[in-house]
Amino acid sequence: MSALTDRLDACKAEGRAALVGYLPVGYPDVETSIAAMRVLVEAGCDVVEVGPPYSDPVLDGPVIQHAAAVALERGVTVDDAFVAVRAVAEAGAVPVVMSYANLMLQRGWDRFAADLRAAGGAGVITPDLTPDAAPEWVDAARAAEVDTIFLVAPSTTRERMRLTCDATRGFVYATPLMGVTGERAALGDAAERVVREAREAGAERVCIGVGVSTGEQAAEVAGFADGVIVGTAFVRALGDEGDLERLRAKVAELAAGVRSAA
Amino acid sequence: MTGSLQSAPGPFFGEFGGRFVPEALMAALDELTDAYDKARIDPAFTGELERLARDYTGRPSIVTEVPRFAAHAGGARVFLKREDLNHTGSHKINNVLGQALLTKRLGKSRVIAETGAGQHGVATATAAALMDLECVIYMGEEDTERQSLNVARMRLLGAEVIPVATGTRTLRDAINEAFRDWVANVDTTNYVFGTAAGPHPFPAMVRDFQRVISVEAREQMLALGGLPDAVLACVGGGSNAIGSFDAFLDDASVRLIGCEAAGDGVETGRHAATLTGGRPGILHGSLSYILQDADGQTQPSHSISAGLDYPGVGPEHTWLSSIGRAEYWPVTDAEAMEAFRLLTRTEGILPAIESAHALAGAIRLGKELGPGATLLVTLSGRGDKDVEQAARWFDMLPEEDA
Repeated sequence: MSALTDRLDACKAEGRAALVGYLPVGYPDVETSIAAMRVLVEAGCDVVEVGPPYSDPVLDGPVIQHAAAVALERGVTVDDAFVAVRAVAEAGAVPVVMSYANLMLQRGWDRFAADLRAAGGAGVITPDLTPDAAPEWVDAARAAEVDTIFLVAPSTTRERMRLTCDATRGFVYATPLMGVTGERAALGDAAERVVREAREAGAERVCIGVGVSTGEQAAEVAGFADGVIVGTAFVRALGDEGDLERLRAKVAELAAGVRSAA
Repeated sequence: MTGSLQSAPGPFFGEFGGRFVPEALMAALDELTDAYDKARIDPAFTGELERLARDYTGRPSIVTEVPRFAAHAGGARVFLKREDLNHTGSHKINNVLGQALLTKRLGKSRVIAETGAGQHGVATATAAALMDLECVIYMGEEDTERQSLNVARMRLLGAEVIPVATGTRTLRDAINEAFRDWVANVDTTNYVFGTAAGPHPFPAMVRDFQRVISVEAREQMLALGGLPDAVLACVGGGSNAIGSFDAFLDDASVRLIGCEAAGDGVETGRHAATLTGGRPGILHGSLSYILQDADGQTQPSHSISAGLDYPGVGPEHTWLSSIGRAEYWPVTDAEAMEAFRLLTRTEGILPAIESAHALAGAIRLGKELGPGATLLVTLSGRGDKDVEQAARWFDMLPEEDA
């Protein structure tokens, strides 16, 4: 058990799914991004995913790519992500980090896990790192008591589903659509299927990410998943001008969505 | 020696290589690995690939001795392995035909590829036309500008060329975009990767398809009197170089030298000499050397040659460097262009600017070793695509006369 699973279970006890919000640190600047993460918490996110921007984000769509590029141009560092993690924890949500592998490798798997733990972070989502690719990371995370949150996709085979769910701590991050992060008009039946397959493979908690951008979609997904992950829609609401009130309204819409599921 | 260094199977070469990709691609990479493992020992596949190499590409490519050029290289004997004479004008076709045949075996109808200079894009578009595959090529916007002729060639061949305007607008961003396309369309689409980098099985598979360069060249050199003292090839991602080295790996007397693009000079920071100026990291699916800052952000690379302008390098090269079997030399834009001019003027052979980096390495090594040395240089491509850029470098464009 961890701070993350405790929070997901508490949401479940309330009869609802958790809302997980993603924002890249440093967009549009470090200070505003941290203020924006506090807005996520105030407006109803249970878990906040802090994203250290990376120069080559192969699993991100145009909106998050743009935000990462802006942040890097303005000199954001990986250290800033740990500052943001601490701020999220102080604001009362559970912070996790979503990081591409090279940023973790360069800091050192052990040090990355330890620094996250010291800042009050609960886990790391690794978009380009599968459990079989990085046993060193899994060991480092276990030693620091940091959750290893791995992704599954519609293309994930039964064998890989089991391997991934076994290595996952916190929650399994299910992507219902093939493709990069971004908003989609319809999620389709694949979302339910991926969640079901993950549960069959032993996953206790499954959250759905990629494509959710409206309260209505959040309500739909909350009907069968333990959590709803929203990134692009929040990044778009924040925008280059750092509009915290527009962001607050968007978060409130999604927070109402996860609470209105049948 | 405990065993042969040739045809190392991956996924790891020493500590380098592996497969660091989104889960969404793992099934496709497993499927590709399986299909390739079966195909490489299936006479129907290898026979068809050999037939295409002979009747379509025009293999074996010849070896040409270039004595007038060699006079400027310390008097060493210099031989060129003429991959520039292949159909489509570079070594890229060797790899593409193999991967396009595999695409058919996988039952997929669409191929995507990244391209830097456009050579791999042209080769992929060519194979797609030949084998009736839908083809989409991702190319950095800056590269579409400096290689506009190749963009037109790909479009004439029926491919869709998508300029990539993100990041540094070069090869590295084209690869990012191709990976994004693949994640979204993996059911119908095969990614025809252009270099011996990326996630397993690409480094080993691309090396196998390019290995024909060194297999032929080794026999040709033996027939001409003996093994060369050194084999030189340019290195961006490193596919022509690894193909040029593989069959010589166990010949301890043969020095293997990869020529990296040093741009304005490694000391200026404006370069693409990854093994000279980089350190270990993960980029585009494998652990190798990359140009990066302290946090691990990839640094922009620079080279006059779009095909070498890449801040990573294939993991097998990093391994060969780490065990001391191959050397990697930085070659500046200026040195490469001087070698370009020299080969063109002395031998009437217009090399690709990429390949000119290897020629520059040969000039340096020839001067070091002197007469009596024999050097084999892979001329990976022809310079037709580079005419405008070279003419500008040498101030030969008509409008610049005044």
